Amino acid sequence: MTDLLTKLRAGELLLGDGAWGTMLMARGLKPGACPENLNLTRPEALREIAALYLEAGAEIITTNTFGGSSLKLADYSLGDRTEEINSRAVEVLRPVIGDRALISGSVGPCGKLLLPYGDTAPEAISDSFVRQIGALIGAGADMICVETMIDLSEAQLAIKAARSFSTEIPILATMTFDATPNGFFTIMGTSIEKAAAGLEEAGADIVGSNCGNGIKKMVEIAREFRRCSRLPIAIQSNAGLPENRAGEVVYPETPAFMAEAAGQLIDLGVAVIGGCCGTGPDHIRALRGLIDAHRGGSIGG
Amino acid sequence: MDILQEIGASLRKGDDNRVAELTRQAIDAGMGVGAILDDGLIGGMNVVGDLFRRHEIFLPEVLLAARAMQKGIDLLKPLMIEEGIPAVGKVVIGTAQGDLHDIGKNLVGIMLKGAGIEVIDLGNDVSAERFVDTAVEAGAPVIGISALLTTTMSSMKGVVDLLRERGLNGKIRTIIGGAPVSKDFADEIGADAYGYDAANAVDQVKALLGVA
Ligand code: B1M
Repeated sequence: MTDLLTKLRAGELLLGDGAWGTMLMARGLKPGACPENLNLTRPEALREIAALYLEAGAEIITTNTFGGSSLKLADYSLGDRTEEINSRAVEVLRPVIGDRALISGSVGPCGKLLLPYGDTAPEAISDSFVRQIGALIGAGADMICVETMIDLSEAQLAIKAARSFSTEIPILATMTFDATPNGFFTIMGTSIEKAAAGLEEAGADIVGSNCGNGIKKMVEIAREFRRCSRLPIAIQSNAGLPENRAGEVVYPETPAFMAEAAGQLIDLGVAVIGGCCGTGPDHIRALRGLIDAHRGGSIGG
Repeated sequence: MDILQEIGASLRKGDDNRVAELTRQAIDAGMGVGAILDDGLIGGMNVVGDLFRRHEIFLPEVLLAARAMQKGIDLLKPLMIEEGIPAVGKVVIGTAQGDLHDIGKNLVGIMLKGAGIEVIDLGNDVSAERFVDTAVEAGAPVIGISALLTTTMSSMKGVVDLLRERGLNGKIRTIIGGAPVSKDFADEIGADAYGYDAANAVDQVKALLGVA
């Protein structure tokens, strides 16, 4: 594990995992139920998913804590169980993962909007992240992954919350961008240039993008991050935008399609490649094949 | 710039205090509630919606404008009651079951209120039963559902089906919207209308209420 941490810190290429939501649904998570509650009620389901990603070749496994901030858990009246839900998320995975992969504490948006355009004070959002991240780090998370952020100020509050516990722990921070005629922006109006600078300033070690509209757009996003930042870049793409085909939800991008396009991410020097919504162990296995071929190629050549 | 145009301009800037001040001035100047709404607040919000769709402004500006609009409406409300302007109709709105995205639904709600429609907002994650029961109890002829997730879109069909099951189709009508929703999808599940943005939602709801 120290080996993987060293690599992460050095900006060497590491493979992340894929989506958790869909995997949890396949194991009985009901629509509208709180995904993070399964950390308390269904630890075996989490171990099973982690094992699948591990076996597919992932070197970073994310915790099931995307909505684990106390403000977000309060949507399900679980705010007072924030510490338990987040620490269990790390603890249940450790026996499966050991030091074969890094456990990355996932931190998603709190679901509230900041003043003045929203109704929530920065202190409340900060406290909510402090409670979540304190529990994740306390339980032994190897790194923190602030992800799917659309508001740079909220992302910075999360990063600073993590930094308040440890100056050492690697922090990966990603935002979600839409393509507009004037370039990429989050829906709140943050450009990639502003994101790269703002995330670094708050204390992130690795910056980039996740979710989004598919791998092709992610290549463009990675190029723009490369242009704007000297930090290692993380890209965790979803498998395209989901389509409703006769009542069934389908993510259009196949493992082969993603792996093919992801070659360009490697060429751009992206340090962490992984999947988001709609990706599963097969996508990660395909990316593993790509990365191994690339490593083999660079050793040979 | 006349006062109503100025209301629109201040709305675009998200200056809620100025919008309130100007609305008050317009009322004092004896302008009609209808004109202040249509040419001031709603007109301004339509421009904001267009700019957002063209990616020239972003969500914070839209939210600030919506809040400013709400302040204006709050001032007009008592006058509407006083002048005996009846609500144009009643609509029950909420997000589809399992969906916590409520920003779009809230904008639609504000615009509907602005158009003089009484809005019963059930909030997030609303079950088909709750939509239908509330509409029946409140005597609302329209149910509006918003969904932002491909996975929750299908739960909108549950509302349409339940209305049919209870023999209420035609009596209580449905309008659906949200980024992944389309006219085709609305037709497919048998919803009565589809609104592509908040302003369009108002037109569609008015048509359903027969007041367009
Ligand atoms: C009744 O009649 C009508 C008529 C017209 C109607 C109408 C009803 N409703 C809307 N309209 C229309 O009028 C409005 C004004 O013009 C428009 O409304 P919209 O709602 O379309 O537009 C709003 C004004 C602005 N748009 C928005 O507010 C959505 C913005 C994005 C960034 C977004 C946000 C903000 C959030 N999210 Co979510 N989120 C994304 C969105 C990505 C993006 N960049 O668009 C999207 C929608 N999210 C997504 C996902 C996957 C998720 N989100 C989730 C959570 C969240 C937050 C809580 C963090 C937050 C919501 C906060 C809130 N209080 O609403 C999760 C689900 C939670 C849940 N159960 O609902 C989660 C599952 C993430 C996760 N892994 O947990 C994706 C959905 C993919 C899909 N098609 O299924 C997504 C497109 C991001 C992506 N690129 O993948 C029109 O559609």
